[in-house]
Amino acid sequence: MIKLNAHGETIQYIFLMSNFFKKQNFWFVFTPYFWLVLFFFIPLALIFKISISVSEWGMPPYRDLFDFTDGKFNINSTLGNYIFIFSDPFYLRSYFNSLSLAFISTLICLIIGYPIAFYVAKSKESVRNMLLIILIIPFWTSFLLRVYAWKVILQGSGIINSLLINFGFIDEPLSMLHNHYAVILGVVYTYLPFMILPLYGYLVKFDLNLIDASSDLGAKPYKTFLKVILPLSIPGIVAGSMLVFIPVVGEFVIPELLGGSDKLYFGKIIWDEFFVNRDWPIASALAMSGILILVIPIIVFQLVFAKFNFKDE
Amino acid sequence: MNKYFFKILSLTIGLGFLYFPILTLIAYSFNDNKRVMVWKGFSFKWYGKLFQNEQIIEAFLISIKIASLSATFATILGVMIGYSLTRISKIPARPFFIFLSSSPLVMPEIILGLSLLLFFISSNHLIGFPSTKGQLTILISHITFSVAFVAIIIQSRLSSYDKNIEEAAQDLGTLPNKIFWKITAPVILPSIISGWLLAFTLSLDDLVVASFTSGPGANTLPIVVFSKVRLGLSPEVNALSAIIMLVVIIAAVIYYLINQSNVKK
Repeated sequence: MIKLNAHGETIQYIFLMSNFFKKQNFWFVFTPYFWLVLFFFIPLALIFKISISVSEWGMPPYRDLFDFTDGKFNINSTLGNYIFIFSDPFYLRSYFNSLSLAFISTLICLIIGYPIAFYVAKSKESVRNMLLIILIIPFWTSFLLRVYAWKVILQGSGIINSLLINFGFIDEPLSMLHNHYAVILGVVYTYLPFMILPLYGYLVKFDLNLIDASSDLGAKPYKTFLKVILPLSIPGIVAGSMLVFIPVVGEFVIPELLGGSDKLYFGKIIWDEFFVNRDWPIASALAMSGILILVIPIIVFQLVFAKFNFKDE
Repeated sequence: MNKYFFKILSLTIGLGFLYFPILTLIAYSFNDNKRVMVWKGFSFKWYGKLFQNEQIIEAFLISIKIASLSATFATILGVMIGYSLTRISKIPARPFFIFLSSSPLVMPEIILGLSLLLFFISSNHLIGFPSTKGQLTILISHITFSVAFVAIIIQSRLSSYDKNIEEAAQDLGTLPNKIFWKITAPVILPSIISGWLLAFTLSLDDLVVASFTSGPGANTLPIVVFSKVRLGLSPEVNALSAIIMLVVIIAAVIYYLINQSNVKK
């Protein structure tokens, strides 16, 4: 290749790229790359930009980061939105509520889901396929309708209250809806399949002879479970927990339908900040700090996952 | 005996928990009374009302349209990502590409919806596109979050099957283009189908992202249902749930029977 000028290397690079351009491979990489940069990365960068902007009245309701006024170049950037969020217990509490909701629901999903996944994985193959289908059917029906179903059940005049009153356990209907217990129930219900399926995926590969070997060597069932079965199912537990924990942190629909005013959650706060208060910079700063808060559990999950997956091999 | 007891117990409780709410909804969809929870008598009244409800029918058609388009585009892009990550070694800024194609999986939908809405508003200010929020903006958003799910399915299939077949074809002088269409595509076809179905369901089920990115005249089914059930109960929604349940059960039975006959072969 002839070096044309001082930027010869650049030109060489462009030439190589244009060669790459002709190939099918180029389009296979370029198309999704372009799409995701445009519709995923740039929007994220944009909320970062807005999160450090100063809010003002107007449309859009924030000031440009840079502007020229009165012949002067101004930078209108601020960390004020973040400082505002992290100094206001209202926002901090909503983060804490969301994280603790995610933690508790993940734990309950694990406790309910583990035995189910275990027994399905250990059933005979014909029974197993049938059970799997039965487990997946609720998962395929609309998420929104499954949450709504609990709203119907927990109503003051709902089925549980009617039964309790008919059997004479209570005189007045219990108020079971619009509190954070109802939210936990709704979350556990809708996210349970996300826990069961990855757990099942790991447990089904598990060699049953190990259980026999352990009991032949004199281990009690609980010891076999703790020393053999549980350690081998940790990758499944981690995968399932991640699939429950992460989306629950940003959950909006379930608290909105089943929750009350006793606890506010992060998703609802962003929603209100944007749609009700129309404060874009604060909504964006909340979203950005939500991402930061989620990054930590994701890294922890992945470290544990990598560690135990390697041990497995 | 003891072990058996525990097994039956946990499966019964688990499955009971999963099915109790759905069955309750179905039962109450046949209730004649307008007040959802007070039983008056058996009737198909709400099914009739449901099919006359133009708002719900229109939203259903919009949802199906967006879901099938979104699933198709997401599958095309997802196959491209899966193929790129497993078969193409020279990807510019590969870690960034991996980041882009996997992080929508863990991004809370509320943040995704917010960022896309702000993006659409800004790009409307800058270049006048998209001119309004509506079906197009919902479609773009749904494609964006579905791609990652399809990509991961395709990627796991491609990395688990024998690359040597493709290399053999290459050694015999087959063009890369032909290798893809004659070898790779047929092998990953089942994954393409399940990827499409997953993307279709994700789009059909999405409320949060659609609420952020929809505009006047573009209400999807979840948006309409949510507005109906947000403050109270709706007997029409009960009927809708029962119909959806029936469709899913029929699909599941068909799937099970096909699977069983394949196993027997």
